[in-house]
Amino acid sequence: MKNKNQYLSIEKLETFIPGFDQISNGGLPKHRTTLVSGTAGAAKTVFAVQFLVQGILTANEGGIFITFEESPNDIRQNMKSFGWDIQKFEEEGKWQFVDASPQFEEADTVSGTYDLGALLARIEHAIHKIEAKRVSLDSLGAIFSRFTDTAIIRNELFKIAFMLKTLKVTAILTAERINEYGEIARYGVEEFVADNVIILRNILEEEKRRRTMEILKFRGCSHQKGEYPFTIIPNEGIIMIPLSSMELKQKSSDTRIDSGNDELNKMCGGGFFRDSVLLVSGATGTGKTLTVTEFMDGGMKNNERCLLFAFEESKEQLFRNARGWGIDFDSTEQKGILNVICEYPESRSLEDHLVKMKEIIDEFKPNRVAIDSLSALERVSTVRSFREFILGVTSFIKHKEIVGLFTATTPTLLGGTSVTEAHISTITDSIILLRYVEINGEMRRGITVLKMRGSKHDKDIREFTIDDTGMHISKAFRNVSGILVGNPRSLASDEIERMDEMFKA
Amino acid sequence: MAKILLKLYITGQTPRSARAIENLKNIVENELKDEYEMKIIDILENPQLAEDEKILATPTLIKELPPPLRRIIGDLSDSEKVLLGLDITYHKTN
Repeated sequence: MKNKNQYLSIEKLETFIPGFDQISNGGLPKHRTTLVSGTAGAAKTVFAVQFLVQGILTANEGGIFITFEESPNDIRQNMKSFGWDIQKFEEEGKWQFVDASPQFEEADTVSGTYDLGALLARIEHAIHKIEAKRVSLDSLGAIFSRFTDTAIIRNELFKIAFMLKTLKVTAILTAERINEYGEIARYGVEEFVADNVIILRNILEEEKRRRTMEILKFRGCSHQKGEYPFTIIPNEGIIMIPLSSMELKQKSSDTRIDSGNDELNKMCGGGFFRDSVLLVSGATGTGKTLTVTEFMDGGMKNNERCLLFAFEESKEQLFRNARGWGIDFDSTEQKGILNVICEYPESRSLEDHLVKMKEIIDEFKPNRVAIDSLSALERVSTVRSFREFILGVTSFIKHKEIVGLFTATTPTLLGGTSVTEAHISTITDSIILLRYVEINGEMRRGITVLKMRGSKHDKDIREFTIDDTGMHISKAFRNVSGILVGNPRSLASDEIERMDEMFKA
Repeated sequence: MAKILLKLYITGQTPRSARAIENLKNIVENELKDEYEMKIIDILENPQLAEDEKILATPTLIKELPPPLRRIIGDLSDSEKVLLGLDITYHKTN
């Protein structure tokens, strides 16, 4: 049965482009040609180059780059920023250019009929010369603008595609398109040349650029559907962010860990779960950063490695705040079990933040991760990329069995929910609300555990105070209702008794 | 007058290659008053030459001497265009 399946399915060639092999269910169809289409600036050339580079670096497979547009020298120069030394690959006999870029200022005179036999011969020669397994052609649009007879060119492209197939190489053709959503490619013939079509998009959404990749068709084999965000990073190139291909298969743990606050532990039924993701939501000044600080402290006391991403305050501020609550960040940081990363949310796009955070988590191997705050990150992104970011972070840290604590700022002082919460409340395992409670002209603070997956928890809204030893949670607000909706009302004491009677059962 | 050096690149013995050679012979014999040298190069036998000259289309006619360098693609069936493209003096036929 297994053998039969092997004959039926088309083999895939792993590209080793990070994340791409996941969304393509294993890579590009082997010995076939794939069209990569995109508007100007959609990173087609980067994709075409990276396909060859990863083949050389990871699988030691030679690559041929046929350039119709930029000169080989320009490409060598431009790709240096990704850390790809094409010249070195050429010297090692792993990379071969076929230079079909325009050589003269004037176009060639045309007299009579012609074909691209010379180009075919050159490609074939180059493939044999270094025994290449991968071929990139960049880009088809340039050849159409140089040779005006589209009928001839179309015919020749079919010949090239056929030749590549007989030579058993896996190829990428790039082509321009005019609109992000519309015709696959400008000349309307490109997609018929290739068996497979991938579309790169560079969409302007709410004044922000967002890159996505979509596999439109893989003839005869499977792939993930829909658009997947990706980002381009110096020294690395294209990095895909596969989201829905992540599975909900993380293990679940019954081990409780210290939240850093004994009373909060009690409210949560004994502490947080070791691999859960928690959301702390509250208005500005309700004590979110304090909760984070205590959460870090709880880990450090047990010699757990703690990682804090701060997007609102500087390291100095955070450390001073911690000292103010009697928590020593300086010495634990020196010991190397605490790592605090402070950055402006605006410093890079959300996709880049995600990639960077994953790298840091991989490197530092923390037991606890906190992000303060998600709302700051939301500011720099669109709704969609924000949701993808949250999903990406949570699934990543859950896979690594790390406990995560995120904060979200509510826009109103009293009650209310934030947009942030709406996106992530179903993803997080536990939600802790911090709220201001106005009673008799006085602002007091309340805390409640709204949800805690897989555990009993305290349903009361308790009052808490903050002093120089941190957060102190005391009794529940017994005579106030309407705190969460932002409209606290004092209840007469006989009313409370009546309510208690009602629920006594 | 300066010697003219013409190189015709073809891919194999196809009807189109034969046509280009025939057309070129006619043009040089009937139209060029200067001395000329004509080389026919089959790319299939030596693809590296096409790589060096960055030739894409065949047939391609390259006038190497005298400068400026000129390239003409096609089977050279339009002799007017060929002569204009070569940018050299020639006898008027009429």
